[in-house]
Amino acid sequence: MDITRRTRRALAALTSTACLALLATACTGTNSGGGQDGSAAGQDVTITFWHGWSQDNEVKAIADNVAAFEKLHPNIHVKVVGNIADDKSEQALRAGGDAAPDVVSSFTTDNVGKFCSAGVWADLGPMLQKDGIDPAKTFPPAMLQYSRFQGNQCSLPLLGDAYGLYYNKTAFAAAGITAPPKTFSEFEADAVKLTVADGDGFKQLGFMPNYHGYESTPSHFLGQYGPGYFGADGRSDIATDPKVAAMYTWQKGLVDRLGGFDKLEKYRTGFGDEFSAKNPFTTGQVAMAIDGEWRTASLAEDKPDFEWATAPFPVPDDQAAGYGRGYQTGTIIGIAKGSKKQTASWELVKYLTTDTDAVVSFANAIHNVPSTLEALNSPKLDADANFRTFIDIAKNPNSSTTPASVNGGAYQVSMQNLGYEFEAGRQTDLKAGLTATAKEIDAAIDQAK
Amino acid sequence: MATASTPVPAALRTKRRREAARTAAFLSPWLIGFGVFFAYPLVSTVYFSFMKYDGFTAPTFNGLKNWDYVLNHYPSFWTGLGNTLWLVLVMVTLRVAFGLGIGLLITKVKTGAGFFRTAFYLPYLAPPVAATMAFAFLLNPGTGPVDHLLGELGLPQPGWFTDPDWSKPALTMLAMWGIGDLMVIFMAALLDVPREQYEAAELDGAGPLQKFRYVTFPNISPIVMFAVVTGVIQTMQYYTQAIVAGKVASGVIGGSGQQFEPGYPHGSTWTLPQMVYNLGFQRFDTGSACVVAVILFAISMAFTSLLLRRKSGFIDED
Repeated sequence: MDITRRTRRALAALTSTACLALLATACTGTNSGGGQDGSAAGQDVTITFWHGWSQDNEVKAIADNVAAFEKLHPNIHVKVVGNIADDKSEQALRAGGDAAPDVVSSFTTDNVGKFCSAGVWADLGPMLQKDGIDPAKTFPPAMLQYSRFQGNQCSLPLLGDAYGLYYNKTAFAAAGITAPPKTFSEFEADAVKLTVADGDGFKQLGFMPNYHGYESTPSHFLGQYGPGYFGADGRSDIATDPKVAAMYTWQKGLVDRLGGFDKLEKYRTGFGDEFSAKNPFTTGQVAMAIDGEWRTASLAEDKPDFEWATAPFPVPDDQAAGYGRGYQTGTIIGIAKGSKKQTASWELVKYLTTDTDAVVSFANAIHNVPSTLEALNSPKLDADANFRTFIDIAKNPNSSTTPASVNGGAYQVSMQNLGYEFEAGRQTDLKAGLTATAKEIDAAIDQAK
Repeated sequence: MATASTPVPAALRTKRRREAARTAAFLSPWLIGFGVFFAYPLVSTVYFSFMKYDGFTAPTFNGLKNWDYVLNHYPSFWTGLGNTLWLVLVMVTLRVAFGLGIGLLITKVKTGAGFFRTAFYLPYLAPPVAATMAFAFLLNPGTGPVDHLLGELGLPQPGWFTDPDWSKPALTMLAMWGIGDLMVIFMAALLDVPREQYEAAELDGAGPLQKFRYVTFPNISPIVMFAVVTGVIQTMQYYTQAIVAGKVASGVIGGSGQQFEPGYPHGSTWTLPQMVYNLGFQRFDTGSACVVAVILFAISMAFTSLLLRRKSGFIDED
């Protein structure tokens, strides 16, 4: 019996020690990177670049850009991997290891705060400084804002997106509308005029205001108001900022004016995929839409059977002087903090983001807004008038973006959720809803810190 | 009263040690698997639920903060818990009842049983993502054929995956469509019921319902219990169909300023496993994700224990 008890004790001790050892060393990733990869001395270095582009023309455009870079830097070889979503790249960066990418790009600027604060992406500030690049003189203010977080420039803008109004000129002419609306009251009147009923549904809808109507989101609408989202103390100020309440109220009014939430929602379910020729603006199901500059390329390719044009999205009546502004976002690119090849990686990032010819050719190829001040004014830029609308929106000093937050776009999810409740009439007390949402946002940020 | 222990002879000690070593060697594959893939993750999950850990930097102890956040501040915890429990209660019950019903019908079919068996089993083989996308297309209230047909017949046209009141019933329909797994095990159990028991019941004047109540059910009750327990465990892990249905029906791809609504519509398809993914692998708040995982485990254990404790009144011990 003594032996059995001794053995049992020894086994228990061994198991406990093993458990404690396992727990103490549990799965923590590495964040140590390095800059001395030998590339500056001409040594051959291969870096891995993960991006999210997937369409043939986009993949070709980025491949051409990388090929041009490799020509300039023959000792730096770039292994390009496309069609990578944010979740996947972030998980890979946190896990670390040799297979993790050195350079990563993301379409979701909302995540910059998360990337910077977690230390997953390297701070590019020292590299910019070393090469004498002044970010404020190189990148437009809104783009600079969405690519850094609390002083940490962990990413740089790699082309941008600006949001404006797409309108069906043929439908405008049929409704007797001669010019695109500039204020919300003009916009609402036009949306009503352009709406053609068909039984319980619509033959044509002037505009789809419901928050699930693709780009008709609270953040995009709020781009026309320019709220701060957070106060100086870093707490959510949506409950006290009158611009936020004004947006929710305006959108709800438009929903009610155009037939009510349920009727619009049923019509919305008949829309095709947003990024396809079945997009409701392309098919003529809606006569006006808020959308990004990339739609100009899709429309040119899909050739809808009506004339269309673009303009800045209207602004609130009391901010008519701000007409021309819009919501701005874009693609960002950064370097993995754990990368051992940061010198070579920086050369690639620097080339893609600051070389004017590289930025302009890439912007022309995929119909995105260029992301440097020089490129925005480049004569080589696509001269198409519909595309130029978005260049002007990007240049507009009042254009704004959604600020980076330590937990990414979680605060926007909270604001969207309030929007869904309010537009559907499930939440009727907007003030109480905004107060509760602000608390929810603050609690999530506290948890993430 | 103490008794003096008799010294064990050295030869016997050696023999016992060898036997113990042999037993441990035979058990080791299972022990290692259990330790690495169950015990360690379970202990770690509980441990990390009290830690601030983002999967990247070293974890630090933060007491009950994660628990407080999940239970009191995370916006959709209670919605997700309610949805998960709804699915456990309704989906599991209906799946078991439907699987048993189909099994009973097919065992009674005289001709074409093979065809019906195949027809009911095949949907089970459809990949969950493809099946869910097909359902979302068929049940689309704007363009789907189901609502079109209902409209032609003058019947109400539900919003299915776009209506919070209908989304979980629609997911339940999808689960019942893929009933093949349960149908097969119920058929095997039903065919195993001794014929003479039915003959004896008939001699006693039992009708179809009485035969089911007093002959069929007692014989297949262990299989019913198996179906319920595995159904509860599977449904507690319900993830793929719910997230695919929500994404497809909302039409939102997601991007800057355009976040996907978790559990579309109106949080009605939001389940606890989605919460684990959201917290752990999107927000990288591993500690809070572990809190949800522990709660999920506790509920699964509670359901399973309750069901197994009740088995004495449910399964014939003989």
